[in-house]
This record gives sequence, C-alpha cells and structure tokens, in this order.
Amino acid sequence: MQIRFEVGDAAPLRNFAVQVGRLAEAALAFVGDVFSLGLEAVGFIARGGLRPRLLVQQMAVIGADSLLLCALILFFSGMVLGLNTAKELVSFGAGSYVGGMVVVTIVRELGPTLSGILVAARAGSAMAAETGSMVVTEQVDALRALAVSPVRYLVAPRLAASLIMLPLLTLIAEVFGTVGAYVVSLQAGVSPNQFLHSADVFLTGRDLFGGLGKTVVFGAIIALVGCRQGLRAAPGAVGVGRATTSAVVTSIVLILIADYFLSAAILLPVTPR
Amino acid sequence: MWLESLFYQVRGHTILQDLNLEVQPGEILAVMGRSGSGKTTILRLIMGLIRPTSGKIWIDGEEISRRSEHELMPVRAKMGLVFQNAALFDSLTVAENVAFGLRERGQAEEEEISAEVGEKLALVGMEGTEELLPAELSGGMRKRVGVARALVMQPRIMLYDEPTAGLDPPTAASINELIVSLRDRLGVTTLVVSHDVHALAQVADRAAMLEEGKIVAAGSLSELSQSDVPGVKQFFLFWKGETGR
Repeated sequence: MQIRFEVGDAAPLRNFAVQVGRLAEAALAFVGDVFSLGLEAVGFIARGGLRPRLLVQQMAVIGADSLLLCALILFFSGMVLGLNTAKELVSFGAGSYVGGMVVVTIVRELGPTLSGILVAARAGSAMAAETGSMVVTEQVDALRALAVSPVRYLVAPRLAASLIMLPLLTLIAEVFGTVGAYVVSLQAGVSPNQFLHSADVFLTGRDLFGGLGKTVVFGAIIALVGCRQGLRAAPGAVGVGRATTSAVVTSIVLILIADYFLSAAILLPVTPR
Repeated sequence: MWLESLFYQVRGHTILQDLNLEVQPGEILAVMGRSGSGKTTILRLIMGLIRPTSGKIWIDGEEISRRSEHELMPVRAKMGLVFQNAALFDSLTVAENVAFGLRERGQAEEEEISAEVGEKLALVGMEGTEELLPAELSGGMRKRVGVARALVMQPRIMLYDEPTAGLDPPTAASINELIVSLRDRLGVTTLVVSHDVHALAQVADRAAMLEEGKIVAAGSLSELSQSDVPGVKQFFLFWKGETGR
C-alpha cells in the first residue's frame, strides 16, 4: 500500500503542533514564575521581612471582609446538602447517617473548596487588580527605584495573610454550613440526637485537619496566582482587566485540580472502619 | 556615570544602538531627543529596571548591567528617579509617600523620619500637604512630591524623566529652579531627559542629542544649536538662545 504525503497536508498538523508547543511553553513559564515568586516570598517571610501593618491589612481583606460571604454561602450550601442527603437516606430508613455524611462532606470538601473559590473570586481578583494597577502606573518600578523589593512589599504580606486566614475562614464557614444542614435535616425527620451522634462517629481528626490543610495550599494558590498575574499585567485598563479575570479563573481551576490530588493523598487507601 | 556601547533591543526593535554617554560628578547633563527616541529607556537602564541587550553601565565605579535584582538594591540606594508621571503610591498620603523609603529601610526612628519628611517637603515647596492623597494634587505638585520622595534617600545621583512635561510655564520654571538649586545645595549628579529645549536651557550644564538610538551631538546648548547635524538643527529651530544659567 502506498501512502502519498504532500507538503500541503502537513500545514494544519504543524500549526496544531506549534499551538500545543506555545501552550506548553506558556504553562511552564507560568508554573516557573509562580514557584519562583513563592520561594522568594517565603524567603522574606522566614527572614522576618514582613511589615506587621501590611500583614494585618491583608488579613482584614482576605479574612474579615470575606467572612460574611463565606458564612452565607456555606450556610445555604449546607442546607441544600442536608436536604438532598436527608431526602434519600430517610426514605431508606437510614436517617441516622445523615449527620455524619453531611458534616464529613462539608469538612472534607464543601468548606475548603467553596471558601477557596469565594476568596479567589473576591480577594484574588483584588490582589491582581491592585498589583496590576501598580504595574501600569509605574508604582512597582518606583518601589524598585527606592530599593524596595516588590515581592517583599506586595507578595509576601498577601501570601502570609492567605495562609493564615483561609483555614480560619473555612473553619468558621463550616460551622455555618453544619448549622444549615442541621436545620434542614431536622425538618426532614432526623432527630437532633441522630444528627449529632452520627456526626461525632463519622468525623475524624484526619477529615478536619486534612480539610484545613487543603486550605493552606488553596491560600498559596490564590495569593501567588493573583500577584503573579497582576505583576505581569499588560499596559492599560484592558491589561489589568485581563490579569484580574485570568487570576480568578486560573486560581479556581488550580484549586479544583489541587483538591483532587490533595483529597486522594489524604483519603487513600480506603480502609473499612 | 558612564554608559558604554549600550545596545537595547525589544521584540526585534532597536531602541538604543552603540550609545556612549558620560556624566561628570556634580554636573547637570540633559539628554534631548524626539518623543519615542529612547530617552526614558536610558534612565530605566541606569536604574537597572531593564537590562541592556549588550554594553556596560558604570555607576560610581561599579559595572551594573548584569547584576541581579538583589545586587542592584545597594546601587539604587545611591540614586533617585523622578518619573514622568511621578509614580506616587496612590493609596498613601504625601507624607507616607515621602517617608516610604526611609520606613522600608528601617534605619531611622519615627521622629527622625517625620523631621526629614517635613524638611524635604519644605525644600520642594509642598509644606502643609502631608495628609493629602496623590489624587488630590495637581501634576506639578505630584512631581514635587516625587522629587521629595527621591531626595529623602539622600541620593548622589538624580534622574529626571521629562520633569516639566505637561506643566504650565510658571510651574515648569519652578521645577527647573528646584533641579538647579538641589544640585547647587546638595551636589547631586543630575541627568535630565526631555524634548523641551527651552526647559533644558534653564537647567543643563551640558546636553546630548539622542537620535535613532545614538548620541549624535554633545556639548553646551549653544554649541548644539550651531550643529550642522540635520536632526539637531531641526530640534533647535525655534530656540532663540536664551538660557537661565
């Protein structure tokens, strides 16, 4: 069998290969940037280079300002989860498992990921917008001209604040989520004793601390991606807008990807109780 | 300051080619050129904000063109840059802007910092504006605060990027007087880039003309105005030879 291969046939394939190559190069450059930024910021934090005032400011933006939103979202998400879980389990006479299932789901997954996504949307976008605006108005260059490291002044406080506040925020939001699930479960016919007892039996320290540990990783993603996109913003309002959008979307995607791998690391192998 | 055989290219476009420039200690050198000729690029290269494609930059006897960001910090500490749009930190007050460098270096107590800030604001004629935000200042006022912010670090070299661009004549004249008086009082070596011949005539000891990425003429403004180089001649077409010096 003879295969004829003409030069014209190669162009779409070549173009596709070039596009894939460019995408891979951009992805590697992004990963390299984020890691290098993270290492430098951690270095400043470890050497005590953080200004307390800047840290507290960022903790307020990331934590305190996001608390009400996270609590509200988790409360209603807990209600939906409680409703769906109770509906199915009560119908099978397994209402005594409702508390455990919803609390474990909230603590392992719903709390960390929803909190992470909300903070990425709220605070991550702010980080990208602030740093991006500073880049396009030469304020970052002014920092460098004054012999002040932009990583120490801009990135390190945001990273430290994210690492501290996201676990705390998640913990508080999970309480609201549990309360929401509890309220709905009672209405679905689960008794308070059943709910609380099964929650106590099912929930382990590994669930709680594993979930909070994930939020530390999510916090790092939010701060580093937000700052990196802002510091790389193209000139003008359009550039800052794109950087902000990109920071939020990229952070959310990375949080969801990281969530799987972290969950697998925490939960596997599965062993019977 | 000495720029030796500097080349700077970006995305295949040559901005500076084989640029050689020397600034003597204590002098005010003006670099003139058309808009987009690379004047601001020279300042950014000297400050280490960008790296040359090739060539060397000597600041106070040290060659800095290949230094890392961390290694450039002590060099930048000797220099002050006043940006064309001042580049003040928009979330900080005037006083916080001027005090910024001192606070970040942590080398002085708060009382000393406040005293320094007050002194430098008075020097640039901006007393009483400490609590204002940059958005509440005019262009000329922002430039003055930018000068104060650079000066508070006691630089030995001052770089000005289009210091009088967009300013009304009286304000521009006051900025020019400030540049000269700072050199006279503090002895700073000064490099001013601008396309405004009339403004540069008020401040420069010596000038250099930048065209197509190269210095095509250098000397006093009077000498440059007599130059036969076509680009230089055209630049001085409407200058009647007045200087303020």
